[in-house]
Amino acid sequence: MREVAVVGVGMTNFGISEKTQIEMFSEAAMEAITESNIEPRDIQALFLGNVLGDFEEGQMNMAPMCAADIGIPNIPATRFEGACASATVALRDAYMWVASGFYDMVLAGGTEKAMVMGTPMATRTFAMGSDSRYESFAGITFPGAFGMAAHLYSKKYGIPLEKLKEQMAMVSVKNHKNGVLNPKAQFRKEITVEKVLSGIVIADPLQLLDCCPFSDGAAALVFASADKAKDLTKKPIYIAGTGQGSAGPLHNQKDFTIVKSRVISSQQAYKQAGIGPEDIDVCELHDCFTIAEILAIEAMGFFEYGKGSQASEDGETALDGKIPINPSGGLKAKGHPIGATGAAQAYEIVKQLREECGERQVKGAKIGMTDTLGGDLATVCNIIFRR
Amino acid sequence: MEYKLTYEKYKEALIGGKFLGLKCNKCGAYTVPPKKVCLECTSEDMDIVEISGKGEIRTFTVIRVPPEGFEGPYIVGMVELDEGPWVMGNIVDLDPDKAGMDLIGKKVTTGHKVVKGDKFSAGDGVALAFSLQD
Repeated sequence: MREVAVVGVGMTNFGISEKTQIEMFSEAAMEAITESNIEPRDIQALFLGNVLGDFEEGQMNMAPMCAADIGIPNIPATRFEGACASATVALRDAYMWVASGFYDMVLAGGTEKAMVMGTPMATRTFAMGSDSRYESFAGITFPGAFGMAAHLYSKKYGIPLEKLKEQMAMVSVKNHKNGVLNPKAQFRKEITVEKVLSGIVIADPLQLLDCCPFSDGAAALVFASADKAKDLTKKPIYIAGTGQGSAGPLHNQKDFTIVKSRVISSQQAYKQAGIGPEDIDVCELHDCFTIAEILAIEAMGFFEYGKGSQASEDGETALDGKIPINPSGGLKAKGHPIGATGAAQAYEIVKQLREECGERQVKGAKIGMTDTLGGDLATVCNIIFRR
Repeated sequence: MEYKLTYEKYKEALIGGKFLGLKCNKCGAYTVPPKKVCLECTSEDMDIVEISGKGEIRTFTVIRVPPEGFEGPYIVGMVELDEGPWVMGNIVDLDPDKAGMDLIGKKVTTGHKVVKGDKFSAGDGVALAFSLQD
């Protein structure tokens, strides 16, 4: 395999958009292409994350439409679907095809327009990520799955639920604080622990501000072989390692406080990069719910199992903490357009490693990592980037 | 080899009052809900057996913002069966507002409820229904 670099990135504002999914993706894609100092015709293939376009706009097979919209209608263009991890799965494949030598330059990213569905339909379609025969008929939802994770965590580690809920609220407070510093974030407003704990309950014990929002948005990256990258940009950001793991339906996972798909995925990524969690300077991870961030910082090896909630309370994941987690505001504050999320995480890490993040810059960050989760912990995909 | 215990067969049995699963002839492990191969050793050599339905609640949630087609609040839980596997279902015969951490570890028996499908669900379905043992 050869070295691969990201040579350009682009991202729309996240939140509610009047644009179509294709229009949003084209904006992000052309920003990435322009930054790369190339023309659309230099792109050899498109790898597109999109989850629910069929339900949101009645649009299947969106990738060829996206390619056509930026003037390259004849390149291979393929949609990737791994629920909320879709874009990272697309990015990882884009990386592998360039690393293998099959392509020299590939566009990858994702787009999603979830707001248009409204909460009941969005909850129904998101729940299609559960086992549709053996679980969905119980009426399980994504917040429900993570609510069960929070109860498991409280019981397993003997942390009283009231205490854990406060620690979870601090995750939300921290990510909102970071979001204030991100001009593209959906929510740019600080909140308090009291506000989180007074929100309506979505799925016990998760309250409204424990949950990320529904969002619209798109993000895109251009991957190039390292030899090409040097001619295109002064700041190529290299891929140091990637991983992807699966874990089947929730009932197969038993104690899902330890996210097995993530343990497998992150270990693969560390091994390929030849580093460990202690070498990561900045991380964007999948905080779809506050408890999800706590589970992630443990399975990725930043903190011991059962210690993630205390570490969050102690500020170890803040911008100036031991390991800054979600400087962009994370899914919680930046927003979570599910098919685009992984690409937006990569966008943030690339910008961090180029030191282009202004007030939310993690000073001197040289190695960054993304972590994206899909379904009921069924898919996790990680990418490690370095300067 | 033909799929031994399909969802259709599993569902019909459950509606008839029988909770079916698979027992491996190679390693003895139970696979519930059914799969093509043994969850532990990947052998296809499994027999269809009746599952006791007895187990302990491992975790739960109360769904208060349900998907389209469901009416909340209701309790979803994961139960570890005496046979080993974990299964998902609804904890019934209990006021959702009284569901608390003390549910974890409680013993249950398993029944079922038929759930009306929507245009995406390929017909009606069935969910496990857990009742607390006295």
